[in-house]
Amino acid sequence: MKIVLRNLTKTFPNRNKKIRQDVVAVNDLNFEIPDGELVGLLGPSGCGKSTALNLICGLEKPTGGQIFFGEKDVTGLAPEHRGVGMVFQNYALYPHLTVRQNILFPLQNLKGKDKLSKDEMNRRVENAAKLVQLEELMERKPSELSGGQQQRVAIARALVKMPGVLLLDEPLSNLDARLRLQTREEIRKIQRSTGITTVFVTHDQEEAMSISDRMVVMREGVVQQIGRPQEVYDDPVNLFVAKFLGTPPINVFHGRIKDGGAYIGEDRILETPGVEEQEIYVGIRPEGFFLCQDGPLHCTMGRVEVMGRDISIVSAHKEAMGNQIRSIISAESSINPLDDSVCFGVKPNKVYLFSKETEERIRL
Amino acid sequence: MKKKNLKAWLYLLPAIVFLGAFLVYPLIDVFIYSFEEEYNFASQTYSGVGLYNYSYVLHDTYFLQAVKNTFILVVITVPVSTGLALLIAVGLSSIKPLRELYQTIYFLPYVTNTLAVGLVFMILFQKTEYTDGLVNLILGWFGCSPIDFIDGPYWAKMFVLCFYTIWIVLPFKILILTSALASVNQDYYKAARVDGTSKFRIFVRITLPMISPMIFYLVITGFIGAFKAYSDAVALFGTDLNTAGMNTIVGYVYDMLYGDSGGYPSYASAAAILLFAIVLTITCINLLVSRKKVNLR
Amino acid sequence: MENKIDYNKTEKSARAWRGIRKFVTYFFLTFWAVVVLFPFYWMLLTSVKSYGAYNSEYIPAFITLSPTLQNYRDAFTSVPLLKYLGNTVVFALITTAVMMVVIVLSAFAFARLQFRGRNLLFTFFLSLMMIPNELVVITNFVTITNMDLRNTFTGLILPSVTSVFYIYLLKENFEQVPDELYRAAKVDGTSDLKYLCRVLLPICKPTLITIVILKIIECWNSYVWPRLITDDPNYYLVSNGIQEIRENGFGRENVPAMMAAVVVISVPLIVLFLIFRRKIMAGVSRGGTKG
Repeated sequence: MKIVLRNLTKTFPNRNKKIRQDVVAVNDLNFEIPDGELVGLLGPSGCGKSTALNLICGLEKPTGGQIFFGEKDVTGLAPEHRGVGMVFQNYALYPHLTVRQNILFPLQNLKGKDKLSKDEMNRRVENAAKLVQLEELMERKPSELSGGQQQRVAIARALVKMPGVLLLDEPLSNLDARLRLQTREEIRKIQRSTGITTVFVTHDQEEAMSISDRMVVMREGVVQQIGRPQEVYDDPVNLFVAKFLGTPPINVFHGRIKDGGAYIGEDRILETPGVEEQEIYVGIRPEGFFLCQDGPLHCTMGRVEVMGRDISIVSAHKEAMGNQIRSIISAESSINPLDDSVCFGVKPNKVYLFSKETEERIRL
Repeated sequence: MKKKNLKAWLYLLPAIVFLGAFLVYPLIDVFIYSFEEEYNFASQTYSGVGLYNYSYVLHDTYFLQAVKNTFILVVITVPVSTGLALLIAVGLSSIKPLRELYQTIYFLPYVTNTLAVGLVFMILFQKTEYTDGLVNLILGWFGCSPIDFIDGPYWAKMFVLCFYTIWIVLPFKILILTSALASVNQDYYKAARVDGTSKFRIFVRITLPMISPMIFYLVITGFIGAFKAYSDAVALFGTDLNTAGMNTIVGYVYDMLYGDSGGYPSYASAAAILLFAIVLTITCINLLVSRKKVNLR
Repeated sequence: MENKIDYNKTEKSARAWRGIRKFVTYFFLTFWAVVVLFPFYWMLLTSVKSYGAYNSEYIPAFITLSPTLQNYRDAFTSVPLLKYLGNTVVFALITTAVMMVVIVLSAFAFARLQFRGRNLLFTFFLSLMMIPNELVVITNFVTITNMDLRNTFTGLILPSVTSVFYIYLLKENFEQVPDELYRAAKVDGTSDLKYLCRVLLPICKPTLITIVILKIIECWNSYVWPRLITDDPNYYLVSNGIQEIRENGFGRENVPAMMAAVVVISVPLIVLFLIFRRKIMAGVSRGGTKG
């Protein structure tokens, strides 16, 4: 089912009662999630992504704007009338019920003409369990399951109602690193096989990039950028997005545009014909560097970290934020860690310029 | 090392002395008393050892009356007070404005002197030649004829006793249940809401099982407390409870020990041990039931 | 898919239900609040009605237009109410003070000192919590009587200066204080006692205050033991005092004066409660029971 958010806004009264100004959790959200896609809402904590999810779910009522599922306006509907399934961050499995009872729980709530026969309920529970591979564990209590298994029960419970939309709140944050990789693959697989429109919230950019069809980067209640993960990574609209995506993070330098070129300190790294002279930030992805004897960027050598396939060079430049630059280059390159200095060339498509004033991208 | 041991025991000395003298020794002694026949308080002599004290107590009509009163009191007040506390706690946790105020008000009976406020209840319920009392006035609005709740029929007196007991024990139960309800993770309720669970079903299938350990704790302590009822009865009916027919087991123990009918520590001991046996049995049954029912791990 | 109007209807009826539920909840809560408060209101009201006015009301009046303080004067002059209050204050303060010393020392020993048999002794202490008071009161009564301590403060106070429960509560609290502080104090050459007074007690002040308040409430309301151990009105505490007043004081008919005495007895605790509301409620929910 397609989800459309139109001018969606949510404000809360300020906790500190002396301040009359309301806190804006979500500010004028506008985007569209096509049917059957897996979409990640990404941002640092407090950016309003969870609030946005709760709004889609119906747990919170928006202050303004509308939500459509397909063609239907669901803005005023209670969650149970929206046909959504939700997986909570701590799973919210009822500890006193077995796995089977937990999955069955939503079905037992159906009333009137939606009511199911016993056989139908059992069939649906079995199907949901099979989907997440829980058949063996049906009679256990949640406390007897591992974190990953609990997660799958929560997903099965959300899917058993056959909702039009599946919502996941930080689905992987309670798992350890290894399980996280495995579980995110599983979520992707389940989503593919059911074709259900899925929205999940995360603060982990790697997680969002690896499984979403499309991601929405948010900051302080405002959408920064929407797009396919690779597009957003390759073409960030502002400094925030550029800094938020990618590990190791992007290197940011203080720079300026003059004489039709971009300078970091005295090093002219890029031709910028037709761009107004101004102070700028220069962002260069770690993979945007290559070793070059007479390359434009002169740095002081720090240390070299061997990572197998690649090597990572940590060097210093006085214009770099935090004074440090991390670059990743192919392991075949020859480099002497004992050299005093190192010179880099830069790949133009990995270099982004941002206005110092607005932090917006300066397009060339 | 030796010196260290000594020092620790020195710190513990006062507690050990007091606990030994006023808790451990009496516990052993009370059993001895209960088996010493015809113990004489003044000369501190006894004629033999046996079960006569128990037999005497069990055949004493005052004791049987006290047992009956206590059981009625327990059977009525424990379920009613627990249920009422649960209702109030659920109500409290579903509102936001005025919640603190209500909580404070509900807790007030906990910090009042049982004897003193009992007097107020007596005034409210009593019918004298001067006045029918306030409760009778209210009953009159509904067309009932006045009843003397303090010196009148047995069931009326029992009603007041139960009412006052519930009034006294409710603050503790409300407090415990309110904090139990508050400790249930809100996500469970959100999850249930997404699934369209009705309020009633949320309460029965989620809330109740989640707080069931606390409910059983309250039932168990409630049973123990109600079996020891005494001062509420004194507050309402005065110290001569046997004449009023409203004595409780604990009241019987004290009456045997001291007062107009007192001076029989052996009978008192036997009665106290019988009470303890009853409480222990009921508590064990409670624990067994709760182990079966409370399946929260 | 169902049509939109259907859903709007259910939403509307749901909102109506919410309203009704809210109304019923508030009604019920307010009703019980009235039940709880009414006795307090009634005792205040009655205590300011004049003797004559009260006795001439066959149908009790809910307000009085001519309040009088005469009853309070009577309560303090014709019965030794002040004596009872003084006794109770002395009893409560001494009992609480002695108990604090005893329990602080043992809690400290259990929490910080190493000695043989510590765990065994602590388990034994805990098991003592299960002994009902009713069982030991008999022997204590005989003991105190034999020691000729009836009608003395010593006799009143001695049996209630230890509490296993409070030792347990305090020990838990002491153990939450990081070990490093104790080691640091040792390195500086601080004695155990000095560490206890200078470091541990100030850190654990909130718990100590809670225990003090709960113990004072307990003392103020204690009835059974004082009744057994005192028959001289000079040593009566408020609970026994009010019982004495009721049976022999003003004569059964002077209800307003009785109520004045009840107000005087109840007010100190209610004031204490209103000041330390949060502390008391938190302390009680951690395991206190009435009595």
